Amino acid sequence: MFMPRKQTPEGSSLTRTQLGAVGAGLLIAGLALLVVGWSAPLVLFAKAVLVLAGVVTTSQGLSRVVWAVRGRRPDILVWLCSAWLVLLITVALLAPLLPLGEHVDVASALTAPTYQTPELLSEHPLGTNNYGLDLLARSVYGARTSLVISLLAVAIGTVVGGSIGVVAGYFRAGVDSVVGIFTNALLAVPPLILLIALGTVLDPKIRNIALALALITIPSMIRLARANTIAFAQREFVLAARAMGATRLRVMVRELTPNVMLPVFSMMIVMISVLIVAEASLSFLGLGIQAPEPTWGNMISEGEGGTMQDFPHVVLVPGTFLFLTVFSFNLLGEKAQKRWDARSAKI
Amino acid sequence: MRTALIRIGELIAVLMIVSFGVFMLVSLLPGDPAVSILGDGRSPEEYAAKRAELGLDDNVIVRYLDWFGGALRGDLGASLIPPQNDVVDRILGALPVSVQLAAMGLLMALLMAIPLAMWSASRPGGLVDRIIGASMFAVLSVPSFLAGLLLIAVFANGLGWFPRAQWVRITEDPLGSLYHSFLPALTIALMELATFTRVLRNDLIGTLNEDYILAAKAKGMPPWRILVVDALRPSSFSLITLLGISMGRLVGSTVIVEYLFALPGMGGVVVNAANQGDYPLVQGSVLVIAAIYVLVNAGIDLSYGYLDPRTRRVHA
Repeated sequence: MFMPRKQTPEGSSLTRTQLGAVGAGLLIAGLALLVVGWSAPLVLFAKAVLVLAGVVTTSQGLSRVVWAVRGRRPDILVWLCSAWLVLLITVALLAPLLPLGEHVDVASALTAPTYQTPELLSEHPLGTNNYGLDLLARSVYGARTSLVISLLAVAIGTVVGGSIGVVAGYFRAGVDSVVGIFTNALLAVPPLILLIALGTVLDPKIRNIALALALITIPSMIRLARANTIAFAQREFVLAARAMGATRLRVMVRELTPNVMLPVFSMMIVMISVLIVAEASLSFLGLGIQAPEPTWGNMISEGEGGTMQDFPHVVLVPGTFLFLTVFSFNLLGEKAQKRWDARSAKI
Repeated sequence: MRTALIRIGELIAVLMIVSFGVFMLVSLLPGDPAVSILGDGRSPEEYAAKRAELGLDDNVIVRYLDWFGGALRGDLGASLIPPQNDVVDRILGALPVSVQLAAMGLLMALLMAIPLAMWSASRPGGLVDRIIGASMFAVLSVPSFLAGLLLIAVFANGLGWFPRAQWVRITEDPLGSLYHSFLPALTIALMELATFTRVLRNDLIGTLNEDYILAAKAKGMPPWRILVVDALRPSSFSLITLLGISMGRLVGSTVIVEYLFALPGMGGVVVNAANQGDYPLVQGSVLVIAAIYVLVNAGIDLSYGYLDPRTRRVHA
């Protein structure tokens, strides 16, 4: 087929320059909206709408610029989500080294203003809470706690649940039905209720909460690993390995586990977002990490009662961190599932 | 019939394990219940007497069987924190509130999800579909306590459309009860709404590609009639599966919402009991919630056979 030299980017009716111009225009308009939305002296609701419109317009513009330059439409949301997570993880890792305000020591924040509203270029860019503790610092340290707990829990849950699942799926029969009943028993208690019950007993420390959260990941990991193992165990390469004299252990470790790993990996990403929400809920209910040690959940609970009415930023700052993080993990997890786990992509 | 019997057997086994787990879990509680009842500064003899009275000196298995036997007869002991009410009474008082909230949330989610999904599916990939899809995905990432706080801030405190922190029993004033529980139920509904819409939309798109829809179109049926009359019913099957899956989250968000709105439901009871270390109340509530949850899920499983004859013989 004849292709003109000056081809239009894939899937677009405009030429490259036109598309680039539209993109740049949208980008500038979006940034302008963001600046106006953030700094204009308006009602909070109007500001929120403007900022939201700014974010959407900016990302659409960015997407079109990249589209024009590279000739293919990028999945801008995936890039933005990855960028947010990379940024969050880096900042959380480096938190003690960064020039952040005071995040936990109430005594040293005595001189700081309380309930200061966010002012980007001031000493407290995202404002302060009732003790004058810096909300940006608290959100960053909250991210540390949240990420450490959920990553630890997912790791434990995946290793334990995954190996039990592979064993149950490979041996079937007796092992399978015993594992099945225990999985059902664990699934029989709604996750949050199980966490609350555990929260009654356990000392609210990072290790204990991670273990409790691991307990709620285990049953779904068992189910996923088991179902995939059953499917793979009937394939020819397993038969070939058995025929060549591989032991059962070897079949499970070398043949089945690598194949089961991909769907389990995509489940892990989704699970992280579930666990972040679970940890935040637990802290919100007062059963997780205790204030003044910051977590997103207990920071949000500071806004209960009338506080949110007078000082919305006390809730909105940690709430935004929580939302963006959960959203990013959800989105990336969903993409991963679509790619590696055809069965569960539907829900 | 045989499969039904096996299911019932499994159900009993699961409930036994859950009750044992709940009992053991809370028995591992650090600290002495006698101290938390009597308070500090009594003589060791008094504590010992209280422990004996509570039956804490017996073997764990004996205590479990005692407790479980009591549970079967409808006796879950008394709460530790004064006033030391009967646990069963507390639960029976709180349960209707939770059930009403959860049911209202579910109903509201369905009422919103069905039209949204039909609108989305009528032109997959179109602007409406993308906007609905994106906003549902965003809603899915807002934890219910955050959504609740925002709704309170906007609708109760900001606009003043709804009251907060009041509960009117539906038996006393049905309309008032619906009005007062609107915001909490909406909070519960949001989470479910997002999943329902997404799943129903995908199913509807699948159904709309079937031949009989083409036939209906060829006969000249208007698009709304095809969506509502021909496509909706065959697509609604997976909604029922989803109902079962989302039940755990529904319970969770009901608990959080009741705590947040200070409603006298199971959520408030169980969270406060957990914060105060009132273990008989936690044990009893968790057991009751788990039992209801398991039974509802079993009911959903059994209902497949009636709804879709194709699934009847799969397990045979």
